[in-house]
Amino acid sequence: MLNNETLNQNYEKFKVYRDKILALGNDSLEKTIAIALSLCLVCAVFVAFAAVALKPLQINNKELDMKKNILDVAGLLEPGSDIDAAFAEKIEPKIVDLESGEYIDSINAAEYDQRKAAKDPAQSVAIPKDKDIAHIRIKAKYAKVFLVKEKGGIKSIILPINGYGLWSTLYGFLSLDPDGQTVQSINFYDQAETPGLGGEVVNPNWRALWKGKKVYAETDQPSLEKGLITEADVGEPALTLIKGVVDNSKPGSQYQVDGLAGATLTSTGVSNLIRYWMSKEGFAPYLSKVRTTVKRGVS
Amino acid sequence: MSAVLNDETKKVLVEPLVNNNPITLQVLGICSALAVTSQMSTSLIMALALTLVTAFSSAAISAIRNHIPSSIRIIVQMTIIASLVIVVDQILKAFAYDVSKQLSVFVGLIITNCIVMGRAEGYAMKNPPLESFMDGIGNGLGYSLILVIVSFFRELFGSGKLLGNEVFQLTKDGGWYDPNGLMLLPPSAFFIIGLIIWAVRQWKPEQSEKVEYKIMAIAHGEGGHH
Repeated sequence: MLNNETLNQNYEKFKVYRDKILALGNDSLEKTIAIALSLCLVCAVFVAFAAVALKPLQINNKELDMKKNILDVAGLLEPGSDIDAAFAEKIEPKIVDLESGEYIDSINAAEYDQRKAAKDPAQSVAIPKDKDIAHIRIKAKYAKVFLVKEKGGIKSIILPINGYGLWSTLYGFLSLDPDGQTVQSINFYDQAETPGLGGEVVNPNWRALWKGKKVYAETDQPSLEKGLITEADVGEPALTLIKGVVDNSKPGSQYQVDGLAGATLTSTGVSNLIRYWMSKEGFAPYLSKVRTTVKRGVS
Repeated sequence: MSAVLNDETKKVLVEPLVNNNPITLQVLGICSALAVTSQMSTSLIMALALTLVTAFSSAAISAIRNHIPSSIRIIVQMTIIASLVIVVDQILKAFAYDVSKQLSVFVGLIITNCIVMGRAEGYAMKNPPLESFMDGIGNGLGYSLILVIVSFFRELFGSGKLLGNEVFQLTKDGGWYDPNGLMLLPPSAFFIIGLIIWAVRQWKPEQSEKVEYKIMAIAHGEGGHH
């Protein structure tokens, strides 16, 4: 440990060096290097201090924002309500193995971060190029889904989705009925598309168009809602964004959502990411498991 | 208060508002003025952030101005500005998360905002810290003033709102106002800033630039009758 005396001595030494350097000509090599180094040091300490001191607040904000988005896509967000309490009461996070579609209970769902996991080679898989229609390259092996509980049953399934638009990777949630087929809502909580054009993915009016749309093509009876049980019976996802406005009287309109005006590439990106995450690469195995359990629960 | 401020401080504080406005006269900092002005709330936060960064960076640079080696002058200024901007960004993320999400990269881009650099190089390098601080505040306020005016028109006519509160009821909500989509796009800020510059120069003709050359009627060589 330094006592005051050595500290003072060191400070005196420092003062001598400092004055020597400050007395040098501004354009001398020594002074240039000394100024550059000390400036970097001071700025680095300043920035690091701010970043470290504010980190807990920022993490808290991020978590709160995430919970808000999940409540929003579940249709449970009431202005002015306590987000933490509402989240804890109604929503249950679950970890799903994307390949098998099974729940993984050995991982703490509350602490699992799917976006972080996607960046960790041990917890992620590279997507083969021909299958990577959402242009995300890597996905986490385990996805964090959220179940909305109501009266002992499941009211909705909230799935995390992401994919590349025009400028940015869009991150969002898709909320489905327990039949794993009917869309309840969609929202994107992280995107940097063109404001006013592609950025309209956050527009509540556009998002409202998704309600009641169907994800998978229903060829003939029995339809998905009546309970298809095997994965093989589920077709490819059919839900897509089209150019212009959907004519609801036409057959097939249940699989179509209005594209965003003036944002063809963002719209294509959204179509692709839905197609990807609803396919066998994404949540199709999980959804067919959910249908089975729901059906078993009913009968 | 005014007794505390000497003439120079007062001048640097007030001049940039109209007479030497960074946007309308110096035409600096246009990029962010286009990007963040579709809503008043984002413009206000951006204006506040830029004002603080300009003021504190000018003060810091001015404080060490006599010791800055001229060969690394710009890098020293940039380092100070960048550090301040990162700190402002961190503070926004901690205390105004929603706004910082909307501003996204534009807070970071304050680093390259010409006003901050311009004041550091043009004023703070030659003047004492307090004056430089005030000069930063003054120029920040001049920038803020234009941002607020532009965002007022863009938000009002683009989405019928002011600070998120409905002013004109939109047709899609059963009202009478059909919003002007162009107002939500960055080019509309060009038109509004152009109109503001025109209005200011009508009001203060001395701000108009001198015509650099004139097209003159010259002799056509048809017998030299002119």
